Amino acid sequence: MSRKIRNGTLTLLALALFACFLNWAPSNLNGYVLRILNLIAINAILGLSLNLIYGMTGMFSLGHAGFMAIGAYVSALLILSPAQKEAMWILEPIAPWLLNLQTPFLVSLILAGLVAALFGWLIALPILKLGGDYLGIATLGFSEIIRILITNLTPLTNGSLGLKGIPAHTTLWMSYGCLGIFLVCMVSMMNSNFGNVLKAVRDDETAARTMGVNTFRIRVLAFTLGCFGGGLGGALMGNLITTIDPRMFMITQTYNLLMIVVVGGLGSITGSVIGAVLVTTMLEWLRFVENPIQLGSLSIPGIPGMRMVLFSVLLIAVIIFRREGIMGMREFTWDWFFPSRKKLEKNSERGGEGL
Amino acid sequence: MSRILELKDIVLRFGGLTAVDHLSFSIDKGQIIGLIGPNGAGKTSAFNVISGFYRPTEGHVEFEGANLTGLPPHEVCKAGISRTFQNIRLFQNETVLQNVMVGSWVRQKSRWWMSLMPPLFPSFMREERAIRARSLELLARLELDEHADDLASSLPYGAQRRLEIARALATEPRFLLLDEPAAGMNPNESKELMLFIRRLRDEFDLTILLIEHDMKVVMNVCEYIHVLDHGVLIASGTPDEIRNNPSVIEAYLGKAAGKGADHA
Repeated sequence: MSRKIRNGTLTLLALALFACFLNWAPSNLNGYVLRILNLIAINAILGLSLNLIYGMTGMFSLGHAGFMAIGAYVSALLILSPAQKEAMWILEPIAPWLLNLQTPFLVSLILAGLVAALFGWLIALPILKLGGDYLGIATLGFSEIIRILITNLTPLTNGSLGLKGIPAHTTLWMSYGCLGIFLVCMVSMMNSNFGNVLKAVRDDETAARTMGVNTFRIRVLAFTLGCFGGGLGGALMGNLITTIDPRMFMITQTYNLLMIVVVGGLGSITGSVIGAVLVTTMLEWLRFVENPIQLGSLSIPGIPGMRMVLFSVLLIAVIIFRREGIMGMREFTWDWFFPSRKKLEKNSERGGEGL
Repeated sequence: MSRILELKDIVLRFGGLTAVDHLSFSIDKGQIIGLIGPNGAGKTSAFNVISGFYRPTEGHVEFEGANLTGLPPHEVCKAGISRTFQNIRLFQNETVLQNVMVGSWVRQKSRWWMSLMPPLFPSFMREERAIRARSLELLARLELDEHADDLASSLPYGAQRRLEIARALATEPRFLLLDEPAAGMNPNESKELMLFIRRLRDEFDLTILLIEHDMKVVMNVCEYIHVLDHGVLIASGTPDEIRNNPSVIEAYLGKAAGKGADHA
């Protein structure tokens, strides 16, 4: 019991500290750093939602960019003012019913998640009968279909011109608030028996069915929940960057998320958060290799795209030397800092039971 | 004694191959029944029909008077039948306790979405606590409680078999199918297993149908035995009757051995 109180206190302290940071940051850090901090939170949400699908329930999905796109567009279309919309649709007129549709930001966020979840549910029903690589291919195809639909449904989406002037609603408090709620829900879920069932479906579907688990239903459920996260993350992203267009949601977007999940550890919530921090900052930090570099008398011209090459090398290194990712399937717990005699050797192989 | 399970004229064909051929037998409540036969006789196929993995080509399965034919495995489990597998199938990346808790899912009343915000749903938290407590108690009864927080894959072989049974028991079955529970066990371990199976039947009020190749186990623990060969039921009887049944000896050892041999 004292352990529980200690850990609870530490969690509260950490949260308070972080809240102070969030209060301090906007007026003291420059816009570039703030954007990266926001991106970390958004990528963490996206990584967690992909981890729920891939790491926790074992469904290899390559469709997350598609669900992000749905979320980003739904949210943007719901918060742009009629005047903005009228000015933006120059190729074809906007669909009349859409023109005057406007909701507050938070409503648009939730609707973005729900619409993405609805699409996720609809495609889950036919394709989740597939397993393994086939599922990956099917979801990849779906994500491309979404992108092409968005490019061509001009009356709804303004086609390849994209949407501009989206109000920048994604502040640090907003993105980390969403991440916080998402984290709490996901940790509670994974610590409950429902979480055990998800992992059971991943580990051995046949055995899970014998144990009375309707595995198809569970897989559809997990996929739909993951898609909700994808839509939410996409919506936050759109409101951070303030312009969206179909090219933002190419397969590379899914790869970045996949990288976050794999580097952090498939099946670890902590891992996805760590992965989001690492991958997001690395992607930015590695930009220096694309600038011309002067090493003494040697001058290397900047090569655009070089950071992705380096990044891929890093990813390969992770796969070779630490296949299970940074965290494996373990979770963070304060007990790490207080090794008790009894649990000492046990914890080293299995980790604790979450926050 | 009342009848709990009845197979009526089960036929299972895979293309041209008939795995189970007009199999009929019934099982009374509280018995321990053996299902034996040479390799490829259709024993596991029969298990898969009962547990819902295969839909029989003909015939049907009745459990406690209700028709189970064609129900998916999770519905069969809900009806009160649980099973173990020939090659142990545990949830390898979950702890021993989590493995058993998964078994409780089928009886859990709370909805999944309550797990997103547990403090809002006291009934959900109560049920989760109860499941955890019940699972720990079950582990204690099967002498697995000291491993509760270990990964299932880290258990020694015998304990993994016991855990698979513990997990099956967590679904609160009235009928248990054991597929080769003694596989890979040494004579001492199988002796313990025999006592364990009887104890299971008595303590958990079960009816048990088991497939086993270890004749010592079968003859000692089963009260009644059905023998399959090439998908056909060739003999049924008490262990003594089976031991001396010429067609059983023939199925196992060939024609010449059928005469004069006194044990199978």
